[in-house]
Amino acid sequence: MTEPDLAAIWVYLSATPLLGLTATLLAYTLAYRLYLAGGSHPLLHPVVTAVGGLIVFLLISDTPYQVYFEGGQFVHFLLGPATVALAIPLYQQYANLRRLWLPLLVALLVGVSVGALSAVLIARVLGSSLQTQLSLAPKSVTAPVAMGISEQIGGLPSLTAVLVVVTGIIGAILGGRLFSLMRIRDDAIKGVAMGVAAHGIGTARAFQLSAKMGAFSGLAMALSAFVTALLLPGLLGMLGLL
Amino acid sequence: MTFLNGLTLLLIYQLVGEVSVRLLQIPVPGPVLGMLMLFLTLVLRGRSSDSLDTASSGLLSHLSLLFVPAGVGMMVHFERIAGEWLSIGIALLLSTLITMAVTAGSMMVVQRVLAKGADADDRA
Repeated sequence: MTEPDLAAIWVYLSATPLLGLTATLLAYTLAYRLYLAGGSHPLLHPVVTAVGGLIVFLLISDTPYQVYFEGGQFVHFLLGPATVALAIPLYQQYANLRRLWLPLLVALLVGVSVGALSAVLIARVLGSSLQTQLSLAPKSVTAPVAMGISEQIGGLPSLTAVLVVVTGIIGAILGGRLFSLMRIRDDAIKGVAMGVAAHGIGTARAFQLSAKMGAFSGLAMALSAFVTALLLPGLLGMLGLL
Repeated sequence: MTFLNGLTLLLIYQLVGEVSVRLLQIPVPGPVLGMLMLFLTLVLRGRSSDSLDTASSGLLSHLSLLFVPAGVGMMVHFERIAGEWLSIGIALLLSTLITMAVTAGSMMVVQRVLAKGADADDRA
């Protein structure tokens, strides 16, 4: 029997999507367990640990991103149908939507505009490049939509994906403290602010605090995705960035 | 079959959304338009369906998994992030706090104004 040629096996593996796909799911599963073991702390968010682990793996094995993405794209593709699927939780909140449409609409228009413009302007004042500013603009929107917007306005979708996750973590960690500083007691208002500023990661945190806050956060997240997609090109145009 | 039916429906709405934004040249990602059209369909129909509920909870329960491949793409931008991490970090931190405060504040103000209006109506 001849020795199995490990190098030949590696050449085979690195040429099929199998490795990238398996590594993605494995990294996420492990990251999710770690997150649960750590009491669902936002700093242990599975995206952070899974992305970190995968990058280390790719760097050590000297695998280019493009090769990894041959497999990763199958997971990545599901972002599209997942965005469409946000219609269902939105529909489940239809009663709240009808009852509170006016305060919600004002909060959304103000929150979405301030969210995008403040990020762009702060980054600009601090000397960030134009492409970074554009990648920052949709940072408060749920990742699949943010990446779509980023691509459309000339940002870097992969950079946006990371900025979105970091934004969500900041919101999830600091939201509770900010609301008690502002002396807000209404869970509906807290939820809407969380969903507009910190999308799905904030929503997950809101559900830990109260079911009502979670429901409103989910509602605000879905609505702000739509409002941001509509408003952002115009807002950036006003700034002369597009 | 329920999951497959639901997923097929989601893909059809995405497909129609993608084609529509291109035909009508709307500056909105195709899946976002698909989401709006599906929402309007549900509102008109008055209820959701088992297959849609199954497919959407299946996809959304681990939404985070779906942006891992894109997040790994950060490795391509190491130089940019290394050079700009401080300004990016400050922008994210301040902007997120400002967004939350302003959103909550504006919603509070509108609710108060509406409540006062309702009081005035009651008295009239």
